[in-house]
Amino acid sequence: MITLEKRPEPSKLWTAITPILAVVATMIAGGIMFAVLGKDPLVAIRTIFWDPLFNEQFAGFSRPQLLVKAAPLILIATGLAMGFRAGVWNIGAEGQYIMGAICGAAVGLAFYPTESFLIFPLMIAAGALGGFLWAMIPGVLKVKFHTNEILVSLLLVYVAEFILASMALGALRNPEGNGFPGSRNLKEYPSAFNAELLPNTGLHWGVVAAIIAVIFAYVLFSKHMMGFHIRLAGQAPKAARFGGVEPARLILFCLGTSGALAGLAGLFEVSGPAGQISIDFNVGYGFTAIIVAFLGRLNPFGILLAGLLMALTYIGGELASFMLGVPTAAIQAFQGMLLFFLLAVDVLTNYRIKFGTKGGGSI
Amino acid sequence: MEDRLSIAGEDLLTITGLTKAYPGVVANDQVSFSIRPGEVHALLGENGAGKSTLVKMIYGLVKPDAGSMVLKGVPYSPAEPRAARAAGVAMVFQHFSLFEALNVAENIALGMENPPKMRDLAARIREVSQNYGLPLDPDQMVGDLSAGERQRVEIIRCLLQNPKLLIMDEPTSVLTPQEVSVLFQTLEKLRGEGCSILYISHKLEEIRALCDHATILRLGQKVATCNPRQETARAMAEMMVGEALHVPQKAPRIPQDVALEIDQLDVPARAAFGTSLKGISLSVQKGEILGIGGVAGNGQDELCSVLSGEALTAAEQVKLAGTPIGDLGPNARRALGLLAAPEERLGHAAAPDMSLTENALLSGAVREGLEHNGMIDWGKTRDFAQKIIHRFDVRTPSANTAARALSGGNLQKFVVGREILQNPSALVINQPTWGVDASAAAAIRQALLDLAAEGAAIVVISQDLDELMEISDRFAALNEGRLSAPVETSDLDVEKIGLMLGGASDTKAEQVSA
Repeated sequence: MITLEKRPEPSKLWTAITPILAVVATMIAGGIMFAVLGKDPLVAIRTIFWDPLFNEQFAGFSRPQLLVKAAPLILIATGLAMGFRAGVWNIGAEGQYIMGAICGAAVGLAFYPTESFLIFPLMIAAGALGGFLWAMIPGVLKVKFHTNEILVSLLLVYVAEFILASMALGALRNPEGNGFPGSRNLKEYPSAFNAELLPNTGLHWGVVAAIIAVIFAYVLFSKHMMGFHIRLAGQAPKAARFGGVEPARLILFCLGTSGALAGLAGLFEVSGPAGQISIDFNVGYGFTAIIVAFLGRLNPFGILLAGLLMALTYIGGELASFMLGVPTAAIQAFQGMLLFFLLAVDVLTNYRIKFGTKGGGSI
Repeated sequence: MEDRLSIAGEDLLTITGLTKAYPGVVANDQVSFSIRPGEVHALLGENGAGKSTLVKMIYGLVKPDAGSMVLKGVPYSPAEPRAARAAGVAMVFQHFSLFEALNVAENIALGMENPPKMRDLAARIREVSQNYGLPLDPDQMVGDLSAGERQRVEIIRCLLQNPKLLIMDEPTSVLTPQEVSVLFQTLEKLRGEGCSILYISHKLEEIRALCDHATILRLGQKVATCNPRQETARAMAEMMVGEALHVPQKAPRIPQDVALEIDQLDVPARAAFGTSLKGISLSVQKGEILGIGGVAGNGQDELCSVLSGEALTAAEQVKLAGTPIGDLGPNARRALGLLAAPEERLGHAAAPDMSLTENALLSGAVREGLEHNGMIDWGKTRDFAQKIIHRFDVRTPSANTAARALSGGNLQKFVVGREILQNPSALVINQPTWGVDASAAAAIRQALLDLAAEGAAIVVISQDLDELMEISDRFAALNEGRLSAPVETSDLDVEKIGLMLGGASDTKAEQVSA
């Protein structure tokens, strides 16, 4: 008989290796799934994990995409991890991402066609502020009226989507766009354009911001009282109050920071890779970042790796469906497996497996 | 084993070689003893000696790795508590499992296999409660009951099954002295009817008064058996610990300035079934220990959080050395010298999954200077944790061990030591030795006395009246959120304290019915 036995302490070893184990298990199970679909599993896995980076034909195009896709995921997930560690569940990063993009783009477009090196920093500030304020709505409601931040932040995503549509069709619409929805393309406005810092690498200011955010979060969690209080509040709320944590301050800090980072991600996206405010500007980074945060164990460096891995499965998945004709749904199932296996092997951090405990007791 | 010759048919329950190991620790190692019909059998031991594991095996909650049990001459190995109950074994736990929003009869019906009609059940509850002198109204809401009355619900729930063996885990820890004597009369009556009782307690005087036999466990092994009536409490404590016991010494005290005071404080209950504080006033002098007695749930936690700063009041209502502090949070109070140690170790005084080092930071950051501008000095924090571990003899593999991996007594030593070593000018401590074994309890009490001798004002909130008699200078009772006027401890005996604590109508009812 196999039984699970609770460990007296969480295992440090297992905390570190479960993500790797989960990736391996996903490759095996995903391989089986691809085989059932009639594709060569090894080729499919190679197409997803290897070709985007090293295939001579595609890597030149897809390698920069890795950073472009990973940066917003990492930026948002780092902010979310702070809240998740404190037990503050911001599910509405997608909405904060949209509002950051709208505010940042609006500031840039307001100055069009003036050229100044001050415009882009102003847009960054506006993007962060937009996300911050949008996240303050669930924050203040929770602090003042004890509303549930999960519901409020999630529902505000849909509000933000409508605002996005109205902006793309109304206030921010390109006056020279012949009536088509969507704003001016910021790629054609040098002062507001978030260009690649090194050609053909995908490295733009958003990537730099993501790396700074990761380092900042690492220092916060490991060396700063605020990070300690965040962990404390998440693990033992009563002990946190005893330790002098003010819950209201903590809630506003976590929601505000994650909102600001999501807003930044939106700004860097709209001013760079996307280029313009359009009706379908958002593609779900805010929701995927939730998976990235957990895949990275809510640890900043874990999130860095998880964000890159997640971006890789997106790019590789597209490549696989394009090259091998693997259905898109199969790619999504493959990504789902990753989270599923991570949660499953996660049990081993707190439990150990014991074989054959029944009967044979001799000590 | 060697204690006495037993013929299989004569004993109610015979346990042979019971063994249970958990990862890293053997909770029970080849434990053998037997219980006769109609005897009260005490199970003694320090924290972590394996008492709970042993009774859980008897009650079918834990499966032994090895060994066997024989009940009434028949092999007995309950797979689950239901099987144990069917065989005639019942258990009253230390922590009750009752629903506060349901009445007594409904609570009892919930635990039954085939509950009878409510009216019949209520009648049976009345009958049993009268027969055994346990006054209880089946229609009362459990949320309105005192701890003693809640325990009666649990006992009656057991008695309705006509048990042959009743296991009681620390039954008197939540009772006033009067309630204890009512309980003992009930147990005597049960014994007279041939029911055996397996009785776990840390209170050795009780065991001397009540029990026929005692089995003593140390580190999972049976180390001795004795007849408690022929032993002194001290001798039994030394058998449990395996070494001579240190008795705390109290020095005489000279009156000094008031350090900590509360003035006419009313605090409404924060949660349903919480207790509101009503008109609380107290003052503690430098170097004085004020003992606050009373059964848990009468406002102890609320009073502790008002003093610690977890619950805020108007500034003037709480003063430290004349400074109004009622509106200051915990860390501001720590900076001024007022520290607190709450009752609940895991989850309140300490974060379970955090290391001892991190838990040292939890309340030590301000006074020990473990942070500078928000940045944590982990080296200094580790040194502070090491100091606590060393000075208070906390048994732990290292300072990196998670708090939840420690035994209750060891964690209590850590939590108490953490506050004492910060050299407070005033300390509030709730249940300082709750669930802590005799030698560790003595060490904690001595540390409190030493701290008072250095001039700190100390408020000790405790259910253990012997403890309060031993260390406090003055004593006040907290009952239903009201604090009695404090009395010099030297003028008191247990009887008087019991009357101060009782206060409630419930004590009078017992005396009439008893």
